[in-house]
Amino acid sequence: MPDTTLADLAHEVRSKNAGPFWVTMEVFLRDAEGYRIAADESFLNERVIAELYRVEESTVQVFRIPSLNVVKISFPRPVSQGSLRDRDMHAGQHHVPLARLPVRRDDR
Amino acid sequence: MGTEPVKSVRVLTPSGMLGAGWDHATIERGIALGADVISIDGGSTDSGPHYLGSATAKTTAKAVARDLRSLFTAAAEAGIPVIVGSCGTSGTDRGVDWVAGIAAEVMAEEGLDLTVAKIYSEQNAADLKEHLNAGRVHPLPPLGELRAETLESCTHIVGAMGHEPIVAALRAGAQVVLAGRATDTAVAAAYPLMMGMPAGPTWHAAKIVECGGQCTTNPRAGGVLATIDADGFTIEPLDPTVSCTPITVAAHMLYETVNPFEMREPDGTLDVRDARYTALDDRIVRVEGSKFHVAGQYTIKLEGARVTGYETMSFAAIRDPLILADVDAWAELMRTMIRQRVGQTLGLADGEYAFDLRLYGHNAVLDDLEPESGPPREVGVMLLVNAPDQATATAVAKVANPLMLHLPAPGMDYLPSFAFASSPAEVERGAAYEFVLNHVVDCDDPLSLFRIELGENTRA
Repeated sequence: MPDTTLADLAHEVRSKNAGPFWVTMEVFLRDAEGYRIAADESFLNERVIAELYRVEESTVQVFRIPSLNVVKISFPRPVSQGSLRDRDMHAGQHHVPLARLPVRRDDR
Repeated sequence: MGTEPVKSVRVLTPSGMLGAGWDHATIERGIALGADVISIDGGSTDSGPHYLGSATAKTTAKAVARDLRSLFTAAAEAGIPVIVGSCGTSGTDRGVDWVAGIAAEVMAEEGLDLTVAKIYSEQNAADLKEHLNAGRVHPLPPLGELRAETLESCTHIVGAMGHEPIVAALRAGAQVVLAGRATDTAVAAAYPLMMGMPAGPTWHAAKIVECGGQCTTNPRAGGVLATIDADGFTIEPLDPTVSCTPITVAAHMLYETVNPFEMREPDGTLDVRDARYTALDDRIVRVEGSKFHVAGQYTIKLEGARVTGYETMSFAAIRDPLILADVDAWAELMRTMIRQRVGQTLGLADGEYAFDLRLYGHNAVLDDLEPESGPPREVGVMLLVNAPDQATATAVAKVANPLMLHLPAPGMDYLPSFAFASSPAEVERGAAYEFVLNHVVDCDDPLSLFRIELGENTRA
């Protein structure tokens, strides 16, 4: 059996441009229990995102919004929008590595 | 324009973008609900730097004409203004004139005689250099200090206006305002602010309505109506089968924003930390507690794009499981072979052109962030070449063409043939652009970077 992932706890995981220079991602958790896991700073934090997306840890911003059961993450776009190396103009598919993040069994 | 204070202002937003289309019945419904103004965004930077760099629109004239006809006929009958922001996708002067030309045709066909204001937002590098030298230009993260050469390298630069130029146009008697680049929110905020509504609820409502139906339970449905008053605002969908809920409305504050609690406008910052979202019934949401902190310094954000080169693309596909068993090794060999052949045939060094080889079906979207592995069933191979001129970009793609057709995988002792998607295989994409400005200019006068033309004096 594959591990439980963040996507399994979420109603939706999405990513999008926030202007030409930033990527932003949101995890909409299904319930408060899922939110408790996703919002746990020892599980999901700036360092984890920096490793997952190969960006500088100090540039990552994580926002936790309990009233919506949402964790939101923003970081500067590593590849300039529209450049030769940009394969995702709207950064709309960048959520996948985050969505696939395994949730430890003892967290469940 | 009456001078009587009003208790509330109703803003109708039919869609997130002019030219996207909607059911005209939803506009009629918004008018019947008492809309005081129709506001709609005509563009953004969302789709990339091409539109600003080339001063062309993402939408078609036919779709824009259809939408303007729907707006103008309804607004003229109701006697309310129409405000369009970021005309022509990027809000260049050409974009404003393009929408103005379509608007004039629509009005002529419909027998309407509405007073049109055009607000031009394009900036020239020489004027901006004066601001730069005077220390009035500041970078926004993640960009650094601006250099004068960067300004000079841009094909087009626009400033994102706040609500003030739009208000000035309305006060001058405009019934239709066609604005160049404006903040997405200023388009919806202008009229309620002019009518004395408080800044907190107004800017928050403007952010929620900017994408039309996206703050509802069915983002495919038509637009929304926001009613702003002294204490907050309510929001409801124009499609009676769709709902706004506290979650759908609050969640929209997260969309395309770096920070979900704050949003900077030219004259200050919207702060929604203490906003409360309450369902008034199963379709309408009330929002209270939104604040606006006026900034010490008024700033206008700049957007600029420049040419990075010219691109040529070619596309072939692989279905052979022998190659796909280790397609990364094949792609690596392809990269080496392209460089070698281009050097041999065109005499170009690696630094004189660039290319990206993308394996669609394998890792094209996420590249080295791709978490999956294992042989794919089929792979589309896109070669995208960038060079200082179109002829060179195409020459590189043509040199790569036999390899795109026949390159054997490492260790393979026969010649495979791949599936080209088109003939000729090369597609010339023209100029490629990048955004290079993410800076603000300190302005003492909100109108100083913008030019308003009212009435018949068309520049088109």
